[in-house]
Amino acid sequence: MGKFSVEELEAKAKLVRRHIVEMTGAAASGHPGGSLSCTEILVALYFHQMNHDPRAPHWADRDRLVLSKGHASPALYAVLAESGYFDPETLTDFRKLGSPLQGHPDRRKLPGVEASTGSLGQGLSVGIGIALARRLDRKDYYTYVVTSDGEMNEGQTWEAAAMAAHHKVDHLIAFLDYNKYQLDSSTKEICDMEPVIDKWKSFRWHVQEIDGHDLAAVIRAIEIAKKVKDQPAMIVCHTIKGKGVSFMEGNNHFHGVAPTPDEVKRALEELK
Amino acid sequence: MERKMGKATRDAYGETLAAIGDENRNVVVLDADLSKSTKSVMFAERFPERFFNVGIQEANLAGVAAGLAMCGKIPFASSFASFLVSKGFDQFRMSIAFSELNVKLVGSHGGITVGEDGASQMSIEDIALMTSLPYFSVIVPSDEVSTRALVREMAKHNGAVYMRTGRPKAAVVHQASTQFRIGKGVRLREGKDLTIVANGFEVVEALDAAERLAKEGIRASVIDMHTVKPLDKELLLEEAKKTGRILVAEEHQIWGGLGSAVAAFLSANHPCKMGFVAIQDTFAESGKSEELLEKYGLTAPYIVAAAKKILSK
Repeated sequence: MGKFSVEELEAKAKLVRRHIVEMTGAAASGHPGGSLSCTEILVALYFHQMNHDPRAPHWADRDRLVLSKGHASPALYAVLAESGYFDPETLTDFRKLGSPLQGHPDRRKLPGVEASTGSLGQGLSVGIGIALARRLDRKDYYTYVVTSDGEMNEGQTWEAAAMAAHHKVDHLIAFLDYNKYQLDSSTKEICDMEPVIDKWKSFRWHVQEIDGHDLAAVIRAIEIAKKVKDQPAMIVCHTIKGKGVSFMEGNNHFHGVAPTPDEVKRALEELK
Repeated sequence: MERKMGKATRDAYGETLAAIGDENRNVVVLDADLSKSTKSVMFAERFPERFFNVGIQEANLAGVAAGLAMCGKIPFASSFASFLVSKGFDQFRMSIAFSELNVKLVGSHGGITVGEDGASQMSIEDIALMTSLPYFSVIVPSDEVSTRALVREMAKHNGAVYMRTGRPKAAVVHQASTQFRIGKGVRLREGKDLTIVANGFEVVEALDAAERLAKEGIRASVIDMHTVKPLDKELLLEEAKKTGRILVAEEHQIWGGLGSAVAAFLSANHPCKMGFVAIQDTFAESGKSEELLEKYGLTAPYIVAAAKKILSK
């Protein structure tokens, strides 16, 4: 943890983005847009902040990550592979029959995946359960949950938000990958959840608001959130859907549509 | 026959849970603001640090239980069966079953014997929903004796389990010495003319029905099939081969419950004459438990009539 400089992390982020493009391209399916938007969050966690060991994925004292927005599985698989959980060469087996790299994360199939997700809104509750177990066991690990803006539409998100604050659950740090789009259109158009910051504050969470593509800012925010006591922490990350590839940025076509072989080529040119 | 009235199965659950809490520090309990009714309050009073009342939120209840199970805890999560199963189902499916987590769900106030509170509180589709999920075992105990034993079995079993408990007091039908295992039915009466397979409140009705039939010279086996999934196939085959007539009685919708499970197994393995006593694709209403069992066709005389119908086939 903490062994990489911000510049090195930026290079990791670029590498992760290349994987995302290649994986979804090879599978001819998947969700590149929301994977590219949460790349810095996952890179900051796995290569800087999280206490984890790819050789001991079930180590009891490890920090845990729940990818509540399970459709961003390509981003998770890329950071797991680059962390050493499995061979990055196998990333392009994504979504193929028999591969542990399921369309959405499956904890039974891939060591390193903490929670099976893909039905939106469930990750925060699971994260609370892990954080409560930590408290009972008097351990020091942190539980991170990466959620999406679309997921805020789900009632369960707010059940979890209220309950976590009431039970003073700390060592629980959530990220909102606020890329402003969901499947059908912009979050503003479908079911506008603004004022987002006020909502989480009114639910009695510790809230920070940052640029989710600024690795130094992500790291700073995590370090502040770790010190929060008796309260869950939310880091609202303003992000760009499809970040890093010019023709994917802010283009919601790439929410759940993979790049074509030609688009893969163009994207990889940009990500050199 | 007069039977000793015992405690409600929900009371037996609460007492056993509190006892288990002493023996196994990994047992944690969650409730969704109904602990005084589900009886998980008995655990809460003794082990407040291991009890989490999440408020009226069944979806979050299931997810939090899943997270606790991921860290080696043995969570028992309770609420009314109607709300727990219907509102938590997606979470049971993804966060518990698909994730293969060791979570125990206990839905109280199962069936129409909820009584006066009426149809909105009555869970009569929970077994259909829960048996549809891989990785879940599904249990409907009939009395306090079997509940105590099966709650202990649940805690020992590594895997997700759903148990339905009831609101009213239940007659004691089992001997204290009987062994209970998940997936193993209990033969309460031996007969050769037909077999009545029942669970929950229908077990005592089945025993009453068997006694009435005996007076007419008809000898019925009675099985307490407390575990709907995994089904005790061995015992079913044995009974089907012996009597060739199987009558299933349950306090559940006719679709998707114990009757459907037994029929699916026997039709493929040992087809025989069958009958079903269950709620006929309708919702119930307010009333006294016994009035409702009568009105919705679940009492001993209905079982007797269904038995005679099979025997005349």
